Amino acid sequence: MAASGYQAEKSLHDAVKKYRGKFVCIVEGAIATKYNGAYGKVADRTFLAIAKDIVPKAAAVIAIGSCAAYGGVASAKPNPGGYKGLGDALGIKPINIPGCPPNPLNLLATIVKYLNKEKIELDSNGRPMFAYGDSVHDKCPRLKFYEEGKFVTEFGSKEAEMGYCLSEMGCKGPVTYNNCPTAKYNDATSFPIQAGHPCIGCSEPNFWDNMTPFYEK
Amino acid sequence: MGKRIMIDPITRIEGHLRIEVEVENGKVKDAWSSGQMFRGIEIMLQGRDPRDAHHFVQRSCGVCTYIHALSSVRAVEAACKIEIPENAQIIRNLLHGAQYQHDHIVHFYHLHALDWVDIVNGLTADPVKTAKLSEATGGRRGTAEYFLEVQTKLKTFVNSGQLGPFNNGYWGHPAYELPPEANLMASAHYLEAIKLQAKAARMHAIFGGKNPHPQSLVVGGVTSVGDLTPERINEFVGIWKETKAFVDEVYIPDLLAVASFYKDWAAIGGNNKTYLCYGEFPQKGVNDDLLYPSGILMGDLNPKAVDTGLITEDVTRAWYEKGPARHPFEGETKPIKGEPKYNTNAQYSWLKAPRYDGKSAEVGPLARNLVAYTSGQPQVKALVDHVLKTLGVGTEALFSTLGRTAARGIETVVIGNAMEGWIEKLKSNIASGNKKTYQKWEMPDKGKGFGLNDVPRGALGHWIEIEDKKIKNYQYVVPSTWNLGPSDGKKTERSCGKFPHRHTHCRSQKTS
Repeated sequence: MAASGYQAEKSLHDAVKKYRGKFVCIVEGAIATKYNGAYGKVADRTFLAIAKDIVPKAAAVIAIGSCAAYGGVASAKPNPGGYKGLGDALGIKPINIPGCPPNPLNLLATIVKYLNKEKIELDSNGRPMFAYGDSVHDKCPRLKFYEEGKFVTEFGSKEAEMGYCLSEMGCKGPVTYNNCPTAKYNDATSFPIQAGHPCIGCSEPNFWDNMTPFYEK
Repeated sequence: MGKRIMIDPITRIEGHLRIEVEVENGKVKDAWSSGQMFRGIEIMLQGRDPRDAHHFVQRSCGVCTYIHALSSVRAVEAACKIEIPENAQIIRNLLHGAQYQHDHIVHFYHLHALDWVDIVNGLTADPVKTAKLSEATGGRRGTAEYFLEVQTKLKTFVNSGQLGPFNNGYWGHPAYELPPEANLMASAHYLEAIKLQAKAARMHAIFGGKNPHPQSLVVGGVTSVGDLTPERINEFVGIWKETKAFVDEVYIPDLLAVASFYKDWAAIGGNNKTYLCYGEFPQKGVNDDLLYPSGILMGDLNPKAVDTGLITEDVTRAWYEKGPARHPFEGETKPIKGEPKYNTNAQYSWLKAPRYDGKSAEVGPLARNLVAYTSGQPQVKALVDHVLKTLGVGTEALFSTLGRTAARGIETVVIGNAMEGWIEKLKSNIASGNKKTYQKWEMPDKGKGFGLNDVPRGALGHWIEIEDKKIKNYQYVVPSTWNLGPSDGKKTERSCGKFPHRHTHCRSQKTS
């Protein structure tokens, strides 16, 4: 945004006031809660206070990215700042668009569906089923190699070049729900498995602790 | 006592920064820089698998994506004594070069430009005169019809009352110096650059799976051997060509055009004359023959070799437990107990204060290009001299906001050009049957190493100690702590200490 300081803040306050109850609030980043949220501030207000002030005034709330959805890297053990996702921090159920980073197509589609007043079915983690209904493994282009028992056991190998399954390299595809293999990233250019790297499970709650070590099964 | 002004949030950065200034007689007398968020990634890494570190640290910043992962794998490779294959080096360089191109274009247009360009004033421009101006810059020409179209689009947007990111800007402020035609031309290019950067980001996706946070680096090399096909490489080359053309034909001419109206900024934004550069883009062996050489300038123009043993981080004025200034191998990250209180006479930031031999130092495009220039790096010397000549200013103009901004453009050209040779080397390796992208290795029980890097925002280093095959300690000293760290225990003059009367000078440094 062009403005900074109080001019930037004014844009926020004016918009919340003018469109109270009518705006879609999109939250990015995790919310610190230790010492009343003191580890994260904007314009001398904690992220927590800002969220508590603005979110209830919105018509709908979207938590974009794994940090806003579930706490993300900021909440990895031992979580020095007491970081939480928006839902946990406020005790609400936003629409969660996780991923590290999240696929912008999923955010765009969610907003369009919302504006079209379509029903957006969510899973138990608050994620739209249309984007997070399948596991990465379900739709993986390397699935046939998994089924044929053809695995990569060393990066840069002949098997790696042939695009064999990355299960032995620590791939978390089977326990990760996201549409990376189909939507892909950056105008459908690629996604991690296509680039030869196992999935690290970045759309799952607490993946930094539950999916590590990333290179072990 | 002057008047104290608080600017919080600083926008058009990534991260949470507060700048407080004391203004007296229309000049900034003193200033304090405060990082307002703490996560503690260094703490999280303790006890974890060293192979995982690069994924964690990459999340330090999504704009400066990739570069922390690169420093991290270098640090672990140093600690485990791994030498990566040449193809992995080349692919890592290509990803880093692509990052520079993408990042600097975004910085100039979408982060920095609104400090110089008055978008609303551009709505009063004559599209015919604007077309003539675009021809005069020697860059990519726009027709009068094109500029009228852009102007109409912007007018409709502004008249709708919902100005989006342009809301409540400083439009009409007397500090803006561009005529309406230059404002309209720059605004049109701002919009073009939004589209271009989305395309440029695909270079990361080709060899790295996605942007931000490409996921193909591993300790030992890269994973993207499957993308070493003619089709994929040609796809990369096509995007690199288009991005390079935008840099050469739009970014640089715009930079020179805008700079010509703001020449007084060639005398504003100096520092303590200490410039640190670790160098980057190894071109021969693993760490040899850096495109941008390493060096430190300390008060003169004779670059000296960098001794990383002289680096310390002081925490006196930051919200950490008291202790001596420590070298990163002995570094600690221990936040104070209780709620941190902002007090410019005591502790006032989450950033540690890095020092080189006790001195604060500037890092970033200016440091890099000054070290390169004074080291006789030929491509840099030629381009710096050309820019100075075009603007009709002497070398003293380099030590300023203008110099910093020009340096950023210069290195985008130099690095972008160098990518061509790296692509050719990669192709020739593949053609001769060499597709090695990964070196097999074993995790030692213990090891100590560091990975140096010079990334778009400046000198970057990651230090790791491994014990029992796990991370015992991990510290990283990043560009923004050099440039935007607080004072230290000795009240050393801070690197960013001299602020001009317009606070927006600090846009020339971005924080993460």
